Amino acid sequence: MSALKSETYRQKKPAKQVIQRIFLSEYFILIMSLIYFVCVIPFAPRIISQSNLLNLLSNLWPLLVIAIGQTFVLLLGGIDLSQVSIIGVTSVIGTALMSNSFDPAIFEGTPLWGWLIHENGGPLAGSAASVPVSIFVMLIIGTLIGLFNGFFVARFKMPPFMVTLVTQMFLLSFAIYLTQSRNIMGLPESFSAFGTKSLGFIPYAAIFVVLIALGAHFILAKMVLGKWIYASGENEVASVVSGVPTKKVTLFCYAMSGFCAAAGSAIYSARLGMGRPTLGEDIMMDIVGAAIIGGTSLSGGKGKVMWTLFGVFFFTLLFNTLNLFNLSYFTINIVKGLVILAAAFLDVIRTKLMTRMSIVNGAGV
Amino acid sequence: MSEYVLELRHIAKSFFGIPALKDVTWGLKKGELLSLIGENGAGKSTMMNIVGGILPADSGELYINGELYRPTQPSDAKKAGIAFIHQELNLFTNLSINDNVFIDSFPRIGVLPLIKKTEMSRRVKKALEAVDLHVSPDTIVEKLSPGERQLVEIAKALSSDPQILIFDEPTTSLTNKETEKLFGIIDKLREEGKSIIYISHILADVERLSDQIIVLRDGCITDEDKKENYTIDRMIQSMIGREISQLYPTKTNKPSKETALSVKGLSQSGIVHNINMDIHKGEVVGMFGLMGSGRSELARIIYGLDPYEAGEIIINGEKVEKHNPQKAIEHKIAFVTENRREEGLLMEFSILDNLSLVSVPSSAKGKLKIVNDECVKNKAEDIVNKLKVKCPPIENNPAKSMSGGNQQKVVIGKWLLTDPEVFIVDEPTRGIDVGAKYEVYNIINQLATDKKAVWVISSELEELMGICDKILVMGNGEIHGELAREEFDKENILKAAFNQTVEDKTEKGGR
Repeated sequence: MSALKSETYRQKKPAKQVIQRIFLSEYFILIMSLIYFVCVIPFAPRIISQSNLLNLLSNLWPLLVIAIGQTFVLLLGGIDLSQVSIIGVTSVIGTALMSNSFDPAIFEGTPLWGWLIHENGGPLAGSAASVPVSIFVMLIIGTLIGLFNGFFVARFKMPPFMVTLVTQMFLLSFAIYLTQSRNIMGLPESFSAFGTKSLGFIPYAAIFVVLIALGAHFILAKMVLGKWIYASGENEVASVVSGVPTKKVTLFCYAMSGFCAAAGSAIYSARLGMGRPTLGEDIMMDIVGAAIIGGTSLSGGKGKVMWTLFGVFFFTLLFNTLNLFNLSYFTINIVKGLVILAAAFLDVIRTKLMTRMSIVNGAGV
Repeated sequence: MSEYVLELRHIAKSFFGIPALKDVTWGLKKGELLSLIGENGAGKSTMMNIVGGILPADSGELYINGELYRPTQPSDAKKAGIAFIHQELNLFTNLSINDNVFIDSFPRIGVLPLIKKTEMSRRVKKALEAVDLHVSPDTIVEKLSPGERQLVEIAKALSSDPQILIFDEPTTSLTNKETEKLFGIIDKLREEGKSIIYISHILADVERLSDQIIVLRDGCITDEDKKENYTIDRMIQSMIGREISQLYPTKTNKPSKETALSVKGLSQSGIVHNINMDIHKGEVVGMFGLMGSGRSELARIIYGLDPYEAGEIIINGEKVEKHNPQKAIEHKIAFVTENRREEGLLMEFSILDNLSLVSVPSSAKGKLKIVNDECVKNKAEDIVNKLKVKCPPIENNPAKSMSGGNQQKVVIGKWLLTDPEVFIVDEPTRGIDVGAKYEVYNIINQLATDKKAVWVISSELEELMGICDKILVMGNGEIHGELAREEFDKENILKAAFNQTVEDKTEKGGR
């Protein structure tokens, strides 16, 4: 069989073979991104300026951590639409806890006034630990919301689209209700520093996200839990029969998604320097799109943290360059849509090609 | 005019340089039933795909009624009067019988894009009568039993008034009663002058139905003769290319007195009622029952997949509380389900992932349960060698790249890796070929010899009589009888399964 295989390969020209290998490689999107990056330089030289590169990277981290969370849910064949609202809710609550001052004229009408927030700030105002504790609370809330989603999906077999769409609507309105659609200001200096400053060369946000990403990668690639997540997403019935605790696995993935959304929210809020109920409102497409471009399958069982990283990188790069070209918001969205469509199309072709290759490999059996 | 309705001359086909059919020539006469048999991978499907216009032949010609026939797409076959009845039912379960029958050719009102309902119902009614199925044409297919669906499939095939019908494993999902009915219809079709190609692994059926039998092996015809000249032994010999002295391995196990699995008064309303059974270490217990008798449901309950209302499950002397599959695995139960594709394997995942799925936690390291890749891979490779699984490298080839028999071995293998004490196997040889069947029987025998308790559920009585120490007969959710090996008798078992009159017994006697 192997003799036959090499024969089929030898017939092809080496150049074609290299292209095919790149096309089928899991680094395909990364390679595409780099080629794209190089091609754009002549048209928008500003892209390689230090300020732009820093800007590009700072846009990368929050989207990356959120998309990693989404990847866990996509691996199950589910989807988490509530992430965007988790960002808003945790942004509002986290910043309310740490804020040092609230303008009575603005916040007197909010439901938080009096018992949680006062004129001289939230419950943690002035405390040295206010920032880490607030971020911790944000992460807990995100996880709890994720568990709520996961509970309904796992226990009652409700369609994830429905469950998370409802939580999305509910939480978005809830976040707006909490602050009566005001932004929360007066945050401690150290919080903004978390979003904008660096430890030496490395931004705090990057450290935060890379730690989470490594953890996520470790879970998927090294732990039994990871094997279970993939198996549940590929064939839930067979997984149940094989003793995989699919309900717990589902709960975990949604919790992870909520956790990651909250982590992203912390970075976005810190960068913005305020808590905003509608913070994540329009990035749903970016999150799912980036994961899909990376190669994660919407039908479950296929995806990796690294692929999502490549997808997010490509997406961020694309967005960055479109901005450099001074395109309007609408034009950017049109291009984004086309790119996602193209990515989905490429994925279909790649899967087809890979199946054909595996037939070649397995034909002798 | 040629004497053949359908003729293949020197048909050859290879995939990526590997021949699947080598210079095959045969013909089908009018009103004849020709059976094609052969192991999986012998080339039957490839041949039928060529006839059906799904695959082009590399060389050779096809003739229909003496005229050259060059199909390029499935609709060409239909136009030429060939109808397929597939193994896996191709019906839309969410649509009515009407819609299914006419899915590719709805009768229209004039040239308007509107469906002529009355015409449709009239024609479907006629087709349903022809297959002796008495339901309204508006019935949603979902509500029909597998047997009735198979009849709808035939009615659909008949609606285009074909001259050649091709049945591909039509009985795999049917009960014995439904199978008998199907055979009656096949006989009737033959009397009407239709020519039929019948593909099956069930050699007794082939013997019962055929006029002519063709045996394929490795893409060549190895035997071709009139039915009268065949014995089942000759068919098997031609299929596997060597003489096999026996269908079942010599039993080497010695049942002990120690009970491995004991079930007491188990009930779940509407499914099983007051089940009492014991399986001893080193024993192979068969369970025979017709589809719907509750046999698979019982296995699911005992494995912890489905709930039960009353009774006890005792494994190795320990009563099981709050049952679920994880508990069952902890108690060393293994469960090979009847649906390999849906419940047994992750078809897209690698053979290695499939083999290790159940046992991976047991070798994981530390509190974080880190997968021990090397250990997992070594164990999986050992089992592949032990079970003689013929497969490509296990790490990067999906389960779907293997043949049915090897897939089944992988399912068994993944359970062997958990070192189980009680083995539940449901229809272990469904859809796999004779050679692979023998190997599966061998594995079962070996397990029992190693003092494991094996519980085999099957609707193939012969197979149970060949490999079991004891057969339990199930019907209507109850155990109707228990026969020790000395008492094995086809008639008695069938009688117990039907739990009723002698007429039924004689009706089934032929199978």
